[in-house]
Amino acid sequence: MSLVRWMTRATSTQAGAAVTQLLVEPQEWRELAQDVAAAGGRLLALWGTNRVGQCDTLHAVTVAPPRVLAVTIPLDADGGYPGVEDVFPSASRMQRAVFDLCGVRSTGQDTRPWLRHAAWPEDAFPLVANPMPAPPQSPLDDYAFVRVEGDGVHEIAVGPVHAGIIEPGHFRFSVVGEKVLRLEERLGYVHKGIERRFTELPILDGHRLAARVSGDSAVAYAWSYCQALERMAGTVLPPRAAWLRALALELERIANHLGDLGALGNDAGFAVGLAQFSRLKEHLLRATEQALGQRYLLDFVVPGGTRNDFAPAGATVLDEYLVQLTDEVTALRGIYEEHTGLRDRFAGAGTVLPELAAWIGLVGLAGRASGQLLDLRVDAACAPYAELNLRRCTRQDGDVLARVTLRFDELSESVRIVRRILRALPSGNHSIAVTVPLAGAVGVGLIEAWRGPVVVGLEAGPDGSILRCHPQDPSWHNWPALEHAIIGNIVPDFPLINKSFNLSYSGHDL
Amino acid sequence: MLRTLQQILKTGIVTEVPPAPAEELRVREALQSRIREVLGRALCIRAVDAGSCNGCELEIHALGNPIYSIESLGIRFVASPRHADLLLVTGPVSRHMEVALRRTYDATPDPKLVVAVGDCGACGGVFGDGYASCGAVSNVIAVDVVVPGCPPSPARVLAGILAAISPSPDESTRGSGQ
Repeated sequence: MSLVRWMTRATSTQAGAAVTQLLVEPQEWRELAQDVAAAGGRLLALWGTNRVGQCDTLHAVTVAPPRVLAVTIPLDADGGYPGVEDVFPSASRMQRAVFDLCGVRSTGQDTRPWLRHAAWPEDAFPLVANPMPAPPQSPLDDYAFVRVEGDGVHEIAVGPVHAGIIEPGHFRFSVVGEKVLRLEERLGYVHKGIERRFTELPILDGHRLAARVSGDSAVAYAWSYCQALERMAGTVLPPRAAWLRALALELERIANHLGDLGALGNDAGFAVGLAQFSRLKEHLLRATEQALGQRYLLDFVVPGGTRNDFAPAGATVLDEYLVQLTDEVTALRGIYEEHTGLRDRFAGAGTVLPELAAWIGLVGLAGRASGQLLDLRVDAACAPYAELNLRRCTRQDGDVLARVTLRFDELSESVRIVRRILRALPSGNHSIAVTVPLAGAVGVGLIEAWRGPVVVGLEAGPDGSILRCHPQDPSWHNWPALEHAIIGNIVPDFPLINKSFNLSYSGHDL
Repeated sequence: MLRTLQQILKTGIVTEVPPAPAEELRVREALQSRIREVLGRALCIRAVDAGSCNGCELEIHALGNPIYSIESLGIRFVASPRHADLLLVTGPVSRHMEVALRRTYDATPDPKLVVAVGDCGACGGVFGDGYASCGAVSNVIAVDVVVPGCPPSPARVLAGILAAISPSPDESTRGSGQ
């Protein structure tokens, strides 16, 4: 079977993008998923939509370069659909989330709730119910963790409130001595009802909420949302707007990589690394503020372009700082590489080999550190990436060291891209007016955030409202990989391994 | 090792002068004077993300960098609420974190202070109140100081923390009259 035969059934292609829309029956969904997997592809997103007072349609986005498929699966009245968790392991939690929010069940065996804890009753579905019923009496629920039994096995329960300045989640370790036999994650603590909230906002305002799905990836989410909206509205983005967005996206990548490189040094006992990299990050944020008006670019990307243009003097400040940053990072990279203590902690810790990474469907930065090539900036490049000649960075070892090294590689590449944009920024407007899309218009946005591919599925309701907006974070695919990465490692290495993935809780929990 | 030392020496001291306490951020006038009597300005903070988008956490992290250097002011982040004098809470408070936040608050010894950080912690922000969001931190626990912003800059968060532990102008006046 091949993916090509499905292409003959494509219903339409989004203008200006490599996204093909495809309508399939529920019973065909597994076959299509298998063909995508056989072509080395990934399931990037899965969500349900309610148009008639119940969830009547399932949507999926898959990518098998060079093809991105936006799949629509109309559901029968009984709402069931075949699960694909054996084809794409990350689908299991996505299918459970679809049930928690929309009330349609896959044939997947794991029917435990995923995003629902005790905030709403199990027979109410937040994307269908109107109004939502009152929360259940008990604010606590029981979750059926998988028990590991045997001589000397015990459990360590960590979270939701963690011992650092990090997001909440729960980790259940089954250990013998200090060796981890099994880790089971439980997420959903920061579920804020983002998808229902979207339906209360005007479609031209939704980018503000999108930017706050995961604040560390604000540019990527806002861009992905705006990309979907602009495709629906037929907006032709001025070239300068696209270039400014790419500038912002790469600055977001550099800032996060700097933060992570410092934190990874610190987690391996090298506090100097944290002091140095956090200093560099602070100066980058200040240069960003001078150039674009904000330290963190939460509302920089708006429908039709960017909120503001470059401050002319800011370009010089930013460019000069990036030259200095390059020198400083090169020096620090040398220190990290020659520090035997760091090497000892980084090498061989939390390994996900390429074969396992391919099976799990690891994406983004962690995927590329485990030999998985996918980078939407190359494989589904939107303007201006096709013109930027981005170098794809990959590593094969799949351990903490590979994820550290890949951050150094990508950081240099992003600095190069930003400096190139600063020199070659096209003239013209930084934004254009966007018309309100017609009710029923659908669009998909895909942007490679620093962590991995961010997908936003958008459907317009009547009078400029949002019928449905589904943001999907790359963390959905990589959280399950962390459970594999920790097996056989010791508990004290978990913070380091976890940090090397640095996955989003908020982006996942929605 | 030599390169590391050279790097440290080359960097020098980059710490800036901290901002003045921001009185306008204070929302609760019940003063926790005992904290200051007992601890002076030294303070242990437990950060709690009760549902944030993680944007505020990025700026709270920045407080530890050598430029804001919060530890040089005698303020440090601790791993347990039982060791804390002050809870630095980001929101909105998700319903799934409501119990954990209350328990964290209860586990913090009295007298204690709470600083709510960010627009969401202040009022629910873009997420508002809903089936899964309790909105502002003050809807769940008592809050002394609110630092709005999305996210507020590190200097602003620091000014809010300092407001929480500094005498209010009223109290300073009373103090000087004695």
